[in-house]
Amino acid sequence: MPDETINLEVFRFRPDEEDEPRYQTYEVPFREDWVVLDALNYVKDQLDGTLSYRWSCRMGVCGSCGMMVNGEPKLTCAAFLRDYHPDPVRIEPLNYFPVIRDLVINMEDFLHKMGEVKAWLIPKEDKPLDEGEHLQTPAQLAHYKQFSMCINCMLCYAACPVYGLNPDFLGPAAIALGQRYNLDSRDGGADERTEVMFSDEGIWECTFVGDCSRVCPKNVDPAGAIQQAKVTHTLEWYQSVLSPWGNKK
Amino acid sequence: MTVNSTPKKSKELIRPMPANWWLQKRTYFLFMVRELTCVFVGGYAVFLLILVGRANDAQVFSGLLHSPLSIGLHLIALPMVVYHSITWFNLTPKVMVVWRGEERVSPLLIAGSNYVAWLMISFLVAWIAFKAE
Repeated sequence: MPDETINLEVFRFRPDEEDEPRYQTYEVPFREDWVVLDALNYVKDQLDGTLSYRWSCRMGVCGSCGMMVNGEPKLTCAAFLRDYHPDPVRIEPLNYFPVIRDLVINMEDFLHKMGEVKAWLIPKEDKPLDEGEHLQTPAQLAHYKQFSMCINCMLCYAACPVYGLNPDFLGPAAIALGQRYNLDSRDGGADERTEVMFSDEGIWECTFVGDCSRVCPKNVDPAGAIQQAKVTHTLEWYQSVLSPWGNKK
Repeated sequence: MTVNSTPKKSKELIRPMPANWWLQKRTYFLFMVRELTCVFVGGYAVFLLILVGRANDAQVFSGLLHSPLSIGLHLIALPMVVYHSITWFNLTPKVMVVWRGEERVSPLLIAGSNYVAWLMISFLVAWIAFKAE
């Protein structure tokens, strides 16, 4: 072990063996180029094989290694130990989600919401394959590109006190992705998303705390997506109610 | 070989939010301050309505503005309303998205236009008020 070390205070919850969660401290080597995930892997490989956590790509793409690092939702593959050293680093499962074991959260609710909001392309028109691609201009792409960068890491949910207080809230990423497809010139599914996205537990539950956008590792800006959806929906409502030539829905 | 065991459903840990959740993070605290300052914005709007309602009675009108209580309330309300305005102005670029072709108009320009409008309207109100004197 190198001279310098750093302590990890890791949240442990093993429901089959213990009733209450606890924190376990591990002393690991401190290296300038190590991220928190490297330190966890060191623990798993060298110190305690019983520790459970999710990870995959190690390069900020898969979105599976999100955890609370000193109280902040972070991708542990992008959180360098040098930013915390010599203080200890406290690692906990993502806030507001049920914990299955140690640092592993239950993401079923999130996956269900992604399905509810139909976070996929619903083509505006059926086009036979032999007619070629659904073309899009760079300007049309620019309108939704930022929101399409979401990697489903759920950091935004762990930052959102509204989701913490009301787990029925559709949440930042699901709404941002709904908005992403609504803004896509090739998509025609906005009407199918309306009921879920524009419900009381959709965009109108958001109080614009804005922490979701602050913690997003991909600069998706879900808070912006939600407020823009509010403006769009409000304008549509006025159009349908006040304007005699508006679309009555 | 058969394994004689009952499938065991693991219990999950639910971590409820504490009542003081908004004190546990700076960003949550600032959000709550922003939300609470709306009480002062609404309160001052009511005060202005009362003031306008008494505009014909110079003595009452002056009393409402010059009493120590009124001055004290103004000193509290002013920073609250300024904080409320600044925080919301700074958030406008997230709500108002203006496109120029493939380029999004700079957030600084969107937020800045609010400040310019604020200054212009403030000067206009001040000009009307001092002209009337």
